[in-house]
Order: sequence, then structure tokens, then C-alpha cells
Amino acid sequence: MTQRIKFYQTGTLTVGNRLLDEDNRTVQGTVDRSNSLTSGHRACQGCGEALGARYVVDAAMRAAGDRLFAVNATGCLEVFSTPYPESSWQVPWLHSLFGNAPAVATGVRAALRAKGRTDIKVLAQGGDGGTADIGFGCLSGMFERNDDVLYVCYDNEAYMNTGVQRSGSTPPAARTSTTPAAGAAPGNVFGQGKNVPRIAMAHGIPYVATASVADLQDLEAKVTKAMNIDGARYIHVHVPCPLGWGSAPCDTIKLARLAIETGLFPLYEAEYGDVTDVTPIRRRMPVEDYLRPQKRFAHLFRPDLDAEVLAQIQKIADDNIEKLKLLD
Amino acid sequence: MLKQIEGSHAIAETIALCRPEVICAYPITPQTHIVERLSELTRTGDIGNCQYINVESEFAALSVAIGASAAGARAYTATSSQGLLFMTEAVYNAAGLGLPIVMTIGNRAIGAPINIWNDHSDSMALRDAGWIQFYAETNQEAVDLHIQAFRLAERLSVPVMVCVDGFILTHAYERIEVPEPEPVDAYLPAFEPVQVLDPDDPVTIGAMVGPEAFTEVRYLAHHKHLQAIDVIPELSTEFADVFGRQAGGLIRPYRTEDAETVVIGLGSVMGTIKETVDEMRDDGVSIGAVTIVSFRPFPMLALRVALENAKRVIVVEKCFADGLGGIVVGSVRMALRGFSTPIYTVIAGLGGRPITQASLRQTFGDAVADKINDPHFLDLDWAVIDRELARGQDKRRSGPIAENILREMGLVGGKPV
Amino acid sequence: MQKPFAITLDIGTSLANHTGSWRTERPEYVDRLPPCNHACPAGENIQAWLYLAEEGDYEGAWRKLMEDNPMPGVMGRVCYHPCESACNRGQLDEAVGIHAIERFLGRTAWEQGWKPDPPAGPSGKTVLVVGAGPSGLSAAYHLTRMGHAVTIREAGPMAGGMMRFGIPKYRLPRDVLDYEIQRILDMGVTLELDTKVENIEAAFETENFDAVFVAVGAHLAKRIDIPAHAAGRILDAVSVLKDLETGVEPPQLGRRVIIYGGGNTAMDMARTAKRLGAEEAMIVYRRSRNEMPAHDFEATEAEDEGVLIHWLRTIKEIDESTFTVEKMEVDENGRPQPTGEFETLEADTLVLALGQNVDTTFMETIPGVKIAKDGVIDVDETLMTGYPGLFAGGDMVPAERTVTVAVGHGKKVARSIDAYMKGERYAPPEKHGLATFEAINDWYYTDADKTVQPALDLIRRQTTFDEILGGLDETTALFEARRCLSCGNCFECDNCYGVCPDNAVIKLGAGKRFKFNYDFCKGCGLCAAECPCGAIEMTPETI
Repeated sequence: MTQRIKFYQTGTLTVGNRLLDEDNRTVQGTVDRSNSLTSGHRACQGCGEALGARYVVDAAMRAAGDRLFAVNATGCLEVFSTPYPESSWQVPWLHSLFGNAPAVATGVRAALRAKGRTDIKVLAQGGDGGTADIGFGCLSGMFERNDDVLYVCYDNEAYMNTGVQRSGSTPPAARTSTTPAAGAAPGNVFGQGKNVPRIAMAHGIPYVATASVADLQDLEAKVTKAMNIDGARYIHVHVPCPLGWGSAPCDTIKLARLAIETGLFPLYEAEYGDVTDVTPIRRRMPVEDYLRPQKRFAHLFRPDLDAEVLAQIQKIADDNIEKLKLLD
Repeated sequence: MLKQIEGSHAIAETIALCRPEVICAYPITPQTHIVERLSELTRTGDIGNCQYINVESEFAALSVAIGASAAGARAYTATSSQGLLFMTEAVYNAAGLGLPIVMTIGNRAIGAPINIWNDHSDSMALRDAGWIQFYAETNQEAVDLHIQAFRLAERLSVPVMVCVDGFILTHAYERIEVPEPEPVDAYLPAFEPVQVLDPDDPVTIGAMVGPEAFTEVRYLAHHKHLQAIDVIPELSTEFADVFGRQAGGLIRPYRTEDAETVVIGLGSVMGTIKETVDEMRDDGVSIGAVTIVSFRPFPMLALRVALENAKRVIVVEKCFADGLGGIVVGSVRMALRGFSTPIYTVIAGLGGRPITQASLRQTFGDAVADKINDPHFLDLDWAVIDRELARGQDKRRSGPIAENILREMGLVGGKPV
Repeated sequence: MQKPFAITLDIGTSLANHTGSWRTERPEYVDRLPPCNHACPAGENIQAWLYLAEEGDYEGAWRKLMEDNPMPGVMGRVCYHPCESACNRGQLDEAVGIHAIERFLGRTAWEQGWKPDPPAGPSGKTVLVVGAGPSGLSAAYHLTRMGHAVTIREAGPMAGGMMRFGIPKYRLPRDVLDYEIQRILDMGVTLELDTKVENIEAAFETENFDAVFVAVGAHLAKRIDIPAHAAGRILDAVSVLKDLETGVEPPQLGRRVIIYGGGNTAMDMARTAKRLGAEEAMIVYRRSRNEMPAHDFEATEAEDEGVLIHWLRTIKEIDESTFTVEKMEVDENGRPQPTGEFETLEADTLVLALGQNVDTTFMETIPGVKIAKDGVIDVDETLMTGYPGLFAGGDMVPAERTVTVAVGHGKKVARSIDAYMKGERYAPPEKHGLATFEAINDWYYTDADKTVQPALDLIRRQTTFDEILGGLDETTALFEARRCLSCGNCFECDNCYGVCPDNAVIKLGAGKRFKFNYDFCKGCGLCAAECPCGAIEMTPETI
């Protein structure tokens, strides 16, 4: 009575399943995952970045046969994982500065090449501030040189470590400490900010992808794919921040999922500058469902519903869906 | 091998002999000829498997070196002036992480006003960034100090800057003994890092350290510099044994044995100073000179011993601190604490202004007669200063100072209105 | 490696930092009561046997099922599956086809010759079961498993009760029924046919049975008085269906048949009439479709087969083959009210299907036994009558009259009798809280439509007693089993293990589920929020 098992009960959406072959399980579903970022770190309850980082680095470790160096920009991830005398990392890990992680990774890679060490892969990681803003020059340099590094940005859409200030990745209308919910147009300004994955694509690097803590299979597949490509690679991972977003710690994955399902955070892959694949939206949701549970958008709902701004945000989602054909 | 060669190229060829594994480069005058030559040597395979990385800024250049060094590679870069300041954060970081990177500084002034010519404002701005700082007196010494720099850096796990006067040395064609590979290999063993990224022995490098241990971390960095005080002379001696010539060390006294007046300086100006000393000696003035080779660590004791019999000390420096005066002189005063020896500061050569023997002789003469202001600005044109100050008082928007001065001197355009 | 002080750290050293102290709420694994289990009158642990079936462990699934119900093949066909009405998946797409998987397990067990687990060692106690219907057979099965010696006395010539005499073959093939009854008997149950029990007290006193379970079916058809000028042919559905089964003589119903009633028996009768050759089989029912006691699907299937249903009609008068019927209206209380409008129908035979009663006369004289409303026996919550040691169940007691309820009574009474014979009183274990749809995180369940069972061609349905619905094969049964959401019970999807940002979930390995590492759990609740099946509960920490 053997047959090829396809698991209909939860399909491919859960972390793992007792019915799946070992080969078909996610890295996170296995007992021997690296736990690259292990327990005892000081991330807030429900931290999306802590989760995303373990997802990414564990998957990278698996793909690299456990021969991986990680370079980290300054930021929440660095601070909550390495306060003397305790480190939560279980991989060789290097932190230098806020804005230089891509360059440091380039240096690590260069050293390995000089030494003929082809067995070790290099991963660099940083938050959206370290990536889109202060580290942007180094990142662009790493891209244009096509340095053999996988750079992962954990995007929680503001400078959370320093107290939730606006970054180049903060979405429009979001309240931060430096874009307060005050004045005629509360929150972050429309028409600002940068789309780093698109800029990465403009460098023509071999691989760019967006990913989310809400879609582990997709994230692991992208990390694994990226790890098997030579040259500069970029993965932009959406990681909700309960503290900065004003959301319940238990809603971290739900919000990340809503960001995908509304079309506000589209999941796609690009190779050499062209989009090659998109993850279709499974259950399309209105942006309001995503915005409402987050206090950073509370001013859009109180005292009165700001239909105009909601429509503007909905349009962003709609444009993403149309441009990337997320419903096909 | 003795070569008629540009200083930068001699340095580059010597760096190549030191078997660096990663070189990162970003252009800035006047260090550029060094990395240009290194790019050629890397391309032609003269530096083994060395990786040459063209980066997008000096900040990235040193950051690449940081990554390379942490991964166990011998890493090198070079910069000047604005470039050094642009990488400042990484300069501190490399030292804080204890990474034995060697960096050449083609010394140059810092703007504004932008100025490409030599002085020591750049490296002096970062004198307290935790790096060891050597100042080369000649191109020969520049070559030799780089070999010692790698050795020292790797022995103590501390980064080293070798400061070479821009243009004066970097662009000078002269006869330089560029070493053969064998003695360099003999003197400089393979890099054996004290900490390194290693998949088989993973560590976390670059932790966040709070008040509970930060002071200790800083003291331990200081301790490395104190160790360097002992190690630098040792390496210099050993260098002489292998290469058959003197180079490096902490300080280098010149005709100080019985000198009543001792002139102190760093870098290439020491050549002019020594000639001035000789001239004044010929005239019967009891004067000598001390070259500070290692400014960080500061050779407190060696200098104290060298100066203990001096009646007066003159510090000639190519940098100064607004509102204070000399920078080097502060450290000299510390070396002489407890002594009542008069110490004069001579600020000279800023932005590449020539330091002439005549001016030095005049100034030293005044100092010997104790008729000198402290600090004394060598060859300062007081007429220009007075006019400009008057103009500023007269008219709030009196125009850009630098341009006004240049016009005043008839170097550009017409006279200011 | 000589590590520089403080700036370089050993890996994994944060394990010294027990972040569990941050917690204000703690996650706990729970097993909630799945709605299917909750709704099952037979008390099947449906979720548990589906769990095994999902793995392809059909024997394990069958054994788990057999703990509660000895007749999966029968149940998978005749049960009206309230489990599926309750199934949370019904709110997502369509309910899991539990009955179809049950039927598949029943057939597989037959094909594979699986035998029930051997009974426990003999207890020395003897139990008399009166009636070999679903309730009696179920009780006998469970009591035998417990080690008690059981004798069934059946008044009729065959075992099966209403399963045989009330349910047509096209819904329950007799080979299936016979096989599953025989499997119970093979466990060592004594069956005495054609033995009507008249004196219960004698069973205790003379035959020394330790307990008696009376489970007689409702075989007495209800009658109604209709003015008839010249009486046509009037039969009752229970008798027709029974005669058909015992095979005395196929009942002659004529060309046109009216079936009077709106229950399942009326539907079965009408469909049987069709199969027996009636050109017109008409149901006359006094209320509307909304109020009919028959299941909607039965009416639909009957209509599919050509049965004509006259809703809101009462028969007022019969004159030979002419039936005068009055139109009715349903009032706001759902009761039919006459309208004074009449019409006529032509038919050769009238079959009454107005409900059945149970014969309780032999019980009425027993001391302590009380007759409840509707002519059934009054029992306590252990199904015991007022006479110690005498239990009653199935159609005899106040309850819905279905095979599944009867089978459930059999299990329940077996436990009650077992306890009674030990001098105890059976108390059911406390039930877990219900796994509601709100506790489900439906995102994680992929879209998978219900598997459709193959159905017989309409023409064959109208002319033969062949079974209408086909069974699932292994592939489709497995697919269907895996549509189960596993409501309220961990199915080891690894979500909690994966989504914990603090690695505070320990995976114990296949079949062993997970446990929390409270040293590090910060109580964020992500595991509970992302548990697909609602098997994690957040409870406040106490200081």
C-alpha cells in the first residue's frame, strides 16, 4: 500500500509534516537544523527578524554544507544576538559597522579566494537601514563588482534598534518616531523611499528575490537557490516588528502573510535584471486588513477612517498585483 | 635591488614582496600611484593569488580589508587626506577588532579649502584611532617600514599606518634599494592570525560590549601599544641584521649628544632639518635633532632619555590644532614632564608650503635666542592675515577667504573688490 | 584560538540567558475535542483514526475505529454522518467525507481478513442482550471485548434488526451486513434466533444473568384512520420492507403507489416501490420540505429516481383508487393547517410510513421499570432502568432512532454494565474543550475538494437493488483522509517548531510531538497563532 505521498491536508504551507519524506521537509522542520541563531538572544517577543535570520542562515548553512561565514551589519539583529559575554550565533560570524557589511563580506570572500578556499560560502546580512540607507554605497559596490556574496536584508521598515525612526524602506503613511502621526499628512510621506530589490536588479546581478517570514518554503527555496549561484545575490526578507509596528507579538507571521496577500509585499525572483518568477497571491485581501492591526497606521482609522489614504495605499498594492501579475 | 624609481612604486613593489592576499584600492592623490602599481603587479601574477578589489570608497576599502583580515588574509590598502577621514569609522573599527591591516597614508592636507599637497593633518586626525603610526623620513625608510609594519601588525594583532609624505616622497624619483624576495620572506613569516573566521572553530567576532567590560577592552588595546614600545626596536634591530641597513625604531636622534637645542620632527622634513642642524653646527650652534619614527605608540621614555640634557626643544610639525597649537608638541611635553625645558612649536609646511632651510635656520636661530612665539607659524604672511582680518571686520560677506588670499597674492584672477 | 577579550565570543553562549523569565503567558499543548468526534453518536474517535489513515496505516485506523464501533462497513453506508455536518472543513470548502473513508476501512478489513483484538480474559460474568439489532450487537461486541459472556436473544429469524429490515439493500448490501455481524459472533457471542424474550425477571432469577440489556427495535407501524368508501389496498412500510427482506413473497404494490409520510422510511419505501416496478411512486406529506424528518439528500435521491413528492397534502378520503387530498399551509409554528382546497390523486396502493413504535409490553410489569412519554422506556444516564441490572437502549429509549445512535448506546451500555457488575457506576471521562473553527488557522490547509463517490447509473437505480454509492479506492480514500484538519489535535506539522523565534520548541521525533522549552520561551504566542489545528493554548503565567 505504498504510493507517492502528496500531503493534501496542509499541502506545502506548514513548516513540515510527519508524512513527508526527509528530503521534502523544510530545513526548519528538521531536528538537526543548525539553529544558527540560537536561544537566549534578546530580541523582542515575536521578533520577525530573529525568526527570519534563523530561517535564512539555517537554510544557507544547509545549502553550504555547514561551511558558511556570516557578516552582520550593526542593527537589532547584531545587538540582540551578541551582547558580551553571550553570543547567540552558532556560525562563524563577523560584525564590523553599520554601513559596511557588504564590503566586509567582499573582503571575507576575497580572503577565501586568495587562500583557495572554495568550500566556504559567504553571507552578509543587515536591516533595512543598514541596507537601503547607510550601507547602500557598499551594497551597490558589492553588486557592481558581482562579488560572490549572498546579501540578505531583513526589512522591518524602520530603524527599530534606535527607536523606530524612518528609513528609506518605511512605507507611506506609517508613523515612526521621525514621521509622527501629526499635521496635515500624518506619518511617512508618499512618494519617498526606495525599492532595494529593484535597484539590485538594475545592477544586473545573477539573482534577486523577495521573501517573507510568512512563506518559509518559498524563503528556503530562494536561499537554497541563491546559495547555489556564483556572484552577487540579494534576498530582501520582510520581517514584521511588533515593537515598531505596534502589533501583537503573536501576529508577526499573520501580518507578513497579509502583506503578501494584499499585494503590498510581492514575492518574486529575478535573474540578471529580469523578473523570472512570482509567487501568486492565494487569497487576495484588502490593504485595510493589513494596516488595521498595526498601531503605526492607527491614524488612518481614528478618529475617522481616512479613505483617501487607504485608497492610495490600495493603489500601491493594486499596481504591484498588476505589474507582477500576482493573481494569475 | 637598487633602483631609480618613484617612491610610490618602490613602496608598491615592496608591498608586493610582503605577499599580501587582499588589496583594496580607491583612488586619491597622492597615494594613487601605489595602488596603481599594485594593480599591475597583481594582474601580472607577481603577488601570487592576491585579490585586488576596486571599491567604491575609502570606507569600503578599509571595510574590505577588515573582512579579509578577519578571514585570515594579509590585507593592505592605502589612502590620503579626505579618504582617511571618510574611512574614519572603519579605522577605529579595525583597531578595535585587533585586525593587523597595514595601510599606507600618502600624507596630505585636509580641506576645506581642498588641497592636494602634503602635510600631516590627515594621519594626525586619526592618531588616537588605535593604530600604530610610523612616519617615513625617506623613501628608503618608507620601503623598509612597510616590511616591519606587517611583521609588527601581525605579531601584536594591531593595525599599522605607514605615513609617507605626499608628493615629497610618494612622487619623488630617486635611488631606492628595493629588497629581494628572499630576505623579505625570511623576515616576514606567513600570517598566523590570533582570531579568524573558521568553519571548524566558529567564533563570534565583533560583539557589543557594555560598561562592564569596555574599559578593560580599551586598556588591552593600550597594552598592545605598550608592548609595541618594546617590539618596535627589536624588529628594527632584526631588520638591520637581515637587510643590512637601519630603518624604523621608535626615534632616531641626530647629533644630540651634547646638543643644547634639539629639534623634533616627523617624516621627510627631517632631511631639511638635519641639513639645517649641520649648517648651524658648522656655525657653532649646539643643536641636534630627533626623528620620531613611531608616533603611536608614542616613545615617551626614549624621547625623555634623548632630551634629558637639552636646554630647549623645538617641535616642527606639519599639522596643528585650531585654538591650541601643535599636536606633536603635546606628546613631547608629556615626555618631558618634570623638566622645565622650554619647548617651542613650529607649525610648518601646511598644505604643501615648502619648508626651506633658510626659514628653518632663521627660526631655530630665534629659538636658540629664546626669541620666538609659541607656536610659531613658519613663513606666515602676516600682511595677508591682517588685510583679510580687516576685510572681514569691514564687511560681513567678504567672500571666500582662500580665494581672497590667492587673489591677494596675485595667484588667480583680479584683486578682490 | 586565543580570542580577544570581550569583542570575540564563543558561539552559542547565549544559552546561559534564560529569556523564559520575560514571559507573561505560556503556551501549552492541548488536545481539544474535534467537532466530528463530538457529534458522533457512536462516540468514534474519528480524528484519531483519520490520523492513522493519513499515514496509510489502514489497519491501525480500522483498529482505532473498532474500539468504538464494530461495524465500519455498515456505518460508512447507513450513518447520516452528523460528524460531517459538524466538520470544520465544511466552513473552508467541504466537509471531509468521513463516512466514505470509514466504508473504505470496512471493506479493506474484510479484504484483508483483519480480526478484532482478542477479548480480555473471562470475567465470569454473563449478560443477556435482547434483540440482535445494531444496539444489541454493539453491546455484545463491547461486553465480549471486556471479557463478559454474552447471549443475544432475537425474536426474528435473522440478526441485524432495523439494519436489515428497515434499510433497503441499495443502501446497505446484505453481504456487508452479514459479514460484520458474523465477525462479532465469531468473537464468542451466543446468538439465539427466533427466541422472543417474554420474562426478563426470569433471566435474572432463573438463568442467573448478571445483567440484561433490552434493545428491541421499533417495528410497530403507526396507523392512521382515513375514511374509505371502498377500501383500496393499504399496507405499512415497515411490513413491506421486512417482507422484502425475509423473502416470503415480493409484495404486490400495483402500478401506482402512494406513500404517506415524510420520514426516511417514506423515502426508502417510495424508492423501493420504484425498484419493484411501480410506474408511479408518489409521496404525500402534510408539511413542506423544510419540515420533513427525512434527510434532504434522501428526498433529492428519491426525486432523482422519479419519485413524485406532493408536499403540503393530507389524505382526506379514499374511494377505490381515488385519493382526495387537502392542501395544507404551514403556520408560523411550522404546523400544517388545512386550507379547504382539495384535489385528487389516482393510485392502486397506499403504503403508510407514518413512523414506528416499539413494543414495550413485556417490560411494563417489571418492578421499577417506567414507561416514558412516546411509549419508550425511562432510563438513567447509564441507560439503566429502574430495575437494577436491567438496561435498555436503541429505539427503546428516548433518543434519535438511527443505527449510529443505537451502536453508540451499545458501547455506552457495555461500559455501564461492566461498571454495574463490578459494583460501580459508570462515569464518562471529562471531555476536552471543543475545537471550534475559530481555533483553526485555515491558511495552512491547501485547497482540496471533497472526493466524490462514484454513483450508480440512474436507470439501474430505478430498476435494481444494487448499491447506489460506490466506495473509494485507496488513492481517493487517502486523499480524503488527508483533507482532515485534525482539529484541536497535534498532527506534527512542525509549525510551532519552525515559527518560534526563540528556538523554544523541542521536537521529540516522529509520533512524539513537541514540548516547550520554558527556559527560553518568551511567550510571544506565535506558535499558538500559527498552529493550524488549534492544539496550543496560551495561558497566563502566575507569579
